[in-house]
Amino acid sequence: MSTLVATNKKGFGATLWDYLTTVDHKKIAIMYLVAGGFFFILGGLEALAIRWQLVQPMNDFVSAGFYHELITMHGTTMIFLAAMPLIFAFMNAVVPLQIGARDVAFPFLNSLGFWLFLFGGILLNVGWFTGGAADAGWTAYAPLSTISAGEGVDYYVLGLQISGAGTLIGGINFLVTIVNMRAPGMTYMRMPLFTWTAFVTSALILFAFPALTVGLFLMMFDRLFGSGFFDAAMGGNSVIWQHLFWIFGHPEVYILVLPAFGIFSEIIATFSKKRLFGYTAMVFATVLIGFLGFMVWAHHMFTVGMGPAANSIFAVATMAIAVPTGIKIFNWLFTLWGGRISITTPMLWTLGFIPSFTLGGMTGVMLAAATADYQYHDTYFVVGHFHYVIVGGVVFALFAGVHYWWPKMFGTMLDEKLGKATFWIFFVGFHLTFFVQHFLGLMGMPRRYWVYMENQNLDLGNLISTVGAFLMGIASIILLYNIVKTSIQNKKVGGDPWDGRTLEWAIPSPPPFYNFKQLPLVRGLDPLWIEKMDGRKGMTAAEPLSDIHMPNNSFLPFVISLGLFIAGFGFIYQKNDLSWLIVLFIGMAITLGAMFIRSVKDDLGYHIHKEDLKKEAEE
Amino acid sequence: MKNWMGKLRTLSLFSFLVIILSACGKENLTALVPKGYGADQSFNVIIISILVMIVVFIVVMAIYLYVVLKFRQKKRQEDYVPQQTEGNKTLEIVWTVIPILLLLIIAVPTVATTYNLADDSAKEDSINVNVTGLQFWWNFEYANEEIQTSQELYIPVNEKVYLNMMSSDVIHSFWVPSISGKMDVNPENENTMYIEAYEEGVYWGKCTEFCGDSHSLMDFKIVVVSQDEYDTWVDGMQNTDPEFIASAQEGQELFENSCLSCHAIDASANHPVVGPNMADFGNRTMVAGVRNFSKEEIVEWIVDPASVKPGNGMLDAPYLEQENIGQAEAENIADFLMELKATDEPVDSVKQFREDEAKDN
Repeated sequence: MSTLVATNKKGFGATLWDYLTTVDHKKIAIMYLVAGGFFFILGGLEALAIRWQLVQPMNDFVSAGFYHELITMHGTTMIFLAAMPLIFAFMNAVVPLQIGARDVAFPFLNSLGFWLFLFGGILLNVGWFTGGAADAGWTAYAPLSTISAGEGVDYYVLGLQISGAGTLIGGINFLVTIVNMRAPGMTYMRMPLFTWTAFVTSALILFAFPALTVGLFLMMFDRLFGSGFFDAAMGGNSVIWQHLFWIFGHPEVYILVLPAFGIFSEIIATFSKKRLFGYTAMVFATVLIGFLGFMVWAHHMFTVGMGPAANSIFAVATMAIAVPTGIKIFNWLFTLWGGRISITTPMLWTLGFIPSFTLGGMTGVMLAAATADYQYHDTYFVVGHFHYVIVGGVVFALFAGVHYWWPKMFGTMLDEKLGKATFWIFFVGFHLTFFVQHFLGLMGMPRRYWVYMENQNLDLGNLISTVGAFLMGIASIILLYNIVKTSIQNKKVGGDPWDGRTLEWAIPSPPPFYNFKQLPLVRGLDPLWIEKMDGRKGMTAAEPLSDIHMPNNSFLPFVISLGLFIAGFGFIYQKNDLSWLIVLFIGMAITLGAMFIRSVKDDLGYHIHKEDLKKEAEE
Repeated sequence: MKNWMGKLRTLSLFSFLVIILSACGKENLTALVPKGYGADQSFNVIIISILVMIVVFIVVMAIYLYVVLKFRQKKRQEDYVPQQTEGNKTLEIVWTVIPILLLLIIAVPTVATTYNLADDSAKEDSINVNVTGLQFWWNFEYANEEIQTSQELYIPVNEKVYLNMMSSDVIHSFWVPSISGKMDVNPENENTMYIEAYEEGVYWGKCTEFCGDSHSLMDFKIVVVSQDEYDTWVDGMQNTDPEFIASAQEGQELFENSCLSCHAIDASANHPVVGPNMADFGNRTMVAGVRNFSKEEIVEWIVDPASVKPGNGMLDAPYLEQENIGQAEAENIADFLMELKATDEPVDSVKQFREDEAKDN
């Protein structure tokens, strides 16, 4: 195959076509990174607009209606369109390499998952241009969401439904990949912790997302087809939406934060030059958190009126999660203990994470106490808490991961000085923004307030919070500048710039498209480190050099997703005018047609011949 | 010089005190200075949990600072390979068992207070108020007294009052932080909670479930009065007169033509809940829950309700479309409204509240 040599020089059109049709997990990772990064910036701008509205009491920077669109879209964008895809970016970039695989189990589905997410995300944001985005909060509580005028919430429902399907496909794909595609010797208890967390997260996706899917379908029927699942006047019940949403929504927190834990575990081990302390306990803590994560959803609903028995059970179950989480914190600390800690940018983010996330966990336990939650619930205390968890946990991990795996993904190293500047400005801004919010909540400021009144002692806290938010904005700009600068300089680094321990550092950066010329033989936890300690340069091969089977590129995932995107408009606008059903049918025809082609057309892939591999090695 | 230093010290001490005091928030709004049974119970659990958590945080931070300072890579240490420890069973058992014990310290009072605050054994013998939440105001119907009012809930001090709450549109949530934690107000099933206030006064209430455009302006008050004042108030409310003839006759006529179809001016519980009941309007603490009590504010509300609460139900009122209420007519109506009183004058705390708010703004 000529692709071996031809990858270097290509025109823009060819590169674009390559990305539109690729099924390579490394390119899909880059697309997730770019798309997730774009939505992260979008959600960040929404956040700054929110904070600017709250900079002083009774401010009139934006109208009430627009403010509610901002808060809804900020939450929805950050969770579904920024944090999730960025996690998927790292899962795609790293997991197959860490287990010594040549790709994921279903490369075609991997691509389909990405395009579904992207088209769903775009559909969600179309509302901005057609008379208003969703405005019922990211939780979209019925009946406020079902009676919300215009099409904003319809875009929310259909956009999330489409991108949710993509996430579900991605989750299944990684489950199968990790079960089936591990290299010889890579037993479960030798898997790097990031792979373990990706595994547990994929299982959570498999069980949690269907609850959201069902909820969104019910809401779609209520809004577009006149049913009354959540309408009290028609015998429905709005609390059902809350249950469905949080049966998904609480595991979602762990879907995000477990891979974050995985990223930190990798970084701590690498930069303290030590094996992860209590690896077995870490694995079991991960599994336990994932399991308990499904038992606690109703702690989001203590004030709904479920009664003292339900409130007590969910309170105690929630507190129990603090135990495995505590185990993790202590294991990280004792990995550092006795190590040789080098404070690189990824390590700096990790060291910033430990106290930040501990604070988030502390307020988590405080919120679990149901009677105390009667005061915290739906106030800025909660806003402070979940930003400590999601920003202090997940976003810190994403920043750490970007700096840590950037050389692996792109072959260049992000500037360390700029990286450290990003960290310090962001860290200070983060604590300024969110710490004071705990007190604002207890002082009587509910969340989702467009304005707060004068003379309620809330002015200073809100001002501090806004200043902090803009610091985080500045830090993000520095990171962007760092990325641009690094890309322009294009200074290549070797395959193992951090003196890594896991398999991804055993191959060149960026890795060749087939990843491993010969599958490696894994002899224990931290396989590369073991070989290094035995004085070897790299991994021992587990197989002789032979032909490698590769999947063909395909444009069909793009087409399938595009069809659903088009059909989405038909679903929404047929509520005003039935002639829009034509759009619905056209969109579904495109999707089903593309699926039909995929089913009947033989696509057996191709082989890279071992002669080509040898020739490449000689060059 | 010394004098200057002394002044600086006094000033910094003073500003420190101000910060500490303002850190607890506004009186009768903040949850950090509880003045009612529910707020008290919640506050106790908050304090217990925060103390336990501070202990945890100190332990974590002590280990954290020690390892980060002690084990940083030193010069000429580049080739040192640390010992690769797998783990330590004893340590791992310690940091599993101790957190469980700490959590028990929080869990026991949590469960106890949860059952305590859900206790409805005294419901039959107490004052029962049927609370209705609507976009964006509150209606309070006293079940046994057969009266109703809106926006301001009068309760006697040191008495249990049961609130039976339901929404007639979307979900709201009833929160008076200084007296009690919150409870959602759902459209399909009634939620009951009880409140008991320890001190007389006017307390700020907020809606805490996102309910639409004016969610942040759906304020209400609880006015806690002595038992005598409460009895007088109930008596006054029971005798508000639908045939009331005011000295502001023009205003009354305008009101009867343009407003009465939605706003009742007597407190009878028989009126359907359409718009806020006006029976005791002249004794209110605020206009629309968020503006100071003054004629100008009432006029502004009548002429341009959207500027006060965007998206509120009054925007559908026919008079706005017909444009038959101008500035002058609105002033007449305001004169009339300010005469609607169940008692001759408001209780002292309401007077004080109006003064304080007028001074602040």
